[in-house]
Amino acid sequence: MSPNAYLVLSGIIFSIGALGVLLRRNAIVAFMSIELMLNAANLAFVTSARVWGNLDGQAAAFFVMVVAAAEVVVGLAIIVTIFRTRNSASVDEASLLRW
Amino acid sequence: MIALAIALPALSAALLLSLGRRTNIWGPYLSIAASTSAFLVGLWQFLLMTNRPTEERASITTIYEWLVVPGTNFKINFGLQLDQLSVSFVLLITFVGTLIHIYSLGYMSHDENKRRFFAYLNLFVAAMLLLVLADNYLLLYVGWEGVGLASYLLIGFWQHKPSAAVAAKKAFVANRVGDFGLSLAIMMMFIIFGSVSFIDVNASVSGSPSWVPLTIGLLLLLAACGKSAQFPLQSWLLDAMEGPTPVSALIHAATMVTAGVYLIVRSASIFNASTFAQNTVIVIGVISLLMGAVIGAAKDDIKKSLAGSTMSQIGYMVLAAGLGPIGYVFAILHLITHGFFKAVMFLGAGSVMHATNDNVDMRRFGGLSKSMIFTTITFFIGYLAIIGIPPFAGFYSKDHIIEAALSHSWAAGIAALFGAGLTAFYMTRMVVMTFFSKPRWEEKVHPHESPISMTLPMIILSIGAATIGIGLTQNNVFEHWLEPVTGFSEPHPPLPILTITYITLGVVALGVIIGISLNRKIPKVAPTKVTLFTTAARNDLYGDLLNETLLMRPGMKLSKFLTIFDRGVIDGFYSGLGLITGSISSRLRRSETGFVRSYALSIVLGTAILVLAILVVRL
Repeated sequence: MSPNAYLVLSGIIFSIGALGVLLRRNAIVAFMSIELMLNAANLAFVTSARVWGNLDGQAAAFFVMVVAAAEVVVGLAIIVTIFRTRNSASVDEASLLRW
Repeated sequence: MIALAIALPALSAALLLSLGRRTNIWGPYLSIAASTSAFLVGLWQFLLMTNRPTEERASITTIYEWLVVPGTNFKINFGLQLDQLSVSFVLLITFVGTLIHIYSLGYMSHDENKRRFFAYLNLFVAAMLLLVLADNYLLLYVGWEGVGLASYLLIGFWQHKPSAAVAAKKAFVANRVGDFGLSLAIMMMFIIFGSVSFIDVNASVSGSPSWVPLTIGLLLLLAACGKSAQFPLQSWLLDAMEGPTPVSALIHAATMVTAGVYLIVRSASIFNASTFAQNTVIVIGVISLLMGAVIGAAKDDIKKSLAGSTMSQIGYMVLAAGLGPIGYVFAILHLITHGFFKAVMFLGAGSVMHATNDNVDMRRFGGLSKSMIFTTITFFIGYLAIIGIPPFAGFYSKDHIIEAALSHSWAAGIAALFGAGLTAFYMTRMVVMTFFSKPRWEEKVHPHESPISMTLPMIILSIGAATIGIGLTQNNVFEHWLEPVTGFSEPHPPLPILTITYITLGVVALGVIIGISLNRKIPKVAPTKVTLFTTAARNDLYGDLLNETLLMRPGMKLSKFLTIFDRGVIDGFYSGLGLITGSISSRLRRSETGFVRSYALSIVLGTAILVLAILVVRL
């Protein structure tokens, strides 16, 4: 099977993730969209590793997973704290840190 | 050994200044002792020197290597040159200096800052001795600045008087113009001759192109003009009379102001090599001697009149120094005789002021000869000496200068002769107004003779003023004494010497007669309806006005313009840069909206642009 299909799939998933971050206000959804982008990248890594026949891409995918796990821990904690103080998870409402 | 002469007064000054009020009681006596011992050291060295044959008299003592820059030929010794010229100065400075120290004991007895005064006097003596004993120009420059500092401190000694403070500053600034010339001359010497010692400069000046002695000579002349109050830097000397009278006598008559003459005579080889520089010296000397005499004739302030006279007499010395080998010896001879008779007259003026509640207006003196017998006699001896009546000192020195000037050119000779007549006129005016004529005293003035500490130095100095001229010119002893250092050639005036002497005496007698006949009636207040010339002379021939319009006001305008230029253009440019940066950034920061999604959008767009750019470059 041609690797192109995997790369196209990866591109589509990444675009969905990016659009999700840009368009949705809910912090949880934006967060999930980020996860989508990370996994799209993982898919591209793994496909490339397969195409080139070495394990670098596979290793990179593991790194990404670990980073994503750590990020989920911190990110969810922040979102929960924001929700507790403001009773809302909208990313647009938390806009005090500005000029 | 001769270093002691410098070290003792310097040490005494340092002690008195650093120990402060604790030395109030014994300080003045220490100061007098230091000055006296400097004189004794000088006298001893002089006697040693006279015992040696002529060619072995000069000696150089190197105390230590002062400035050495490794790897270059820059090496200047702290060396003292004791020869016939410098020992003459050492004797004059320490002898007159000691007498004036003693005089100050009486004159300053009521001043609470007496100790500081004596410390400054010692500082002056040390610096002046360093000036005349240095064996190179740089060390001379140290002494030169030292005497300038002492002069500044002493003119402004009564600094609570604004006029004294201003006069001190003025003297300092005018001297600085001259010092600038000296420092430039020293730099030129080092660049061109590779050394600044007198010996090396003398040796190498003859082999250099003609512009070298010309330039250095003119720069040295500028220095001499500043220190010796010669035209065009003369204006500070009259104001310097704000200082205490002993200071005027020691620094602004007998010693410091003659440093310019010393510099010219010491640099004889440079001036001998450039006729133009010599002629400039002569012109400056003639202008100053006439200007000084005219100012001296118009002033009613006894000290300012004497200051004009000092300027005039130094004009004679500068004129003589400009004449070359026929004049150097007489310049120094006149310098020494002037040191005596001018000092005695200044001390006399101080004694008169002491007796009349510090009045200086000659129009309120008169008839003081009855109550101040010692002052009158000593002043009168000084008077006879300065106008040049034989056998008093001034006759011998001034007559020789007139002869030498005549053998140079008729113009210089006649100017010197005319100056002698003017001198006789204004000195007669001063003596008549002060000691003879009817009393015109202010109320509550009871003239009385000054204490012994003041009259004694005057008596000793007047004995000098009476005898030193005849003593030094017997059998041409002074010419032979100085010849090895300055060189000497016999002047050949166009008239027989005896004729010149008679003409001079005739001119002097004429001046005296005019001086007496014009001062039969002396109004208590200066008449205001006077000729333009008199008004000009009363205003120092507009020397100050000239400085103000030519230098001060343009200078102020220039600095005002520069301030505006600095604020407007230079500061404007840099503040403008800051303003622009500030306004741009205050606009740019609006992009920080606080909305996370707009940040995300810019990240996405940025990434997209980066990817596109990479693709484009790849293709």
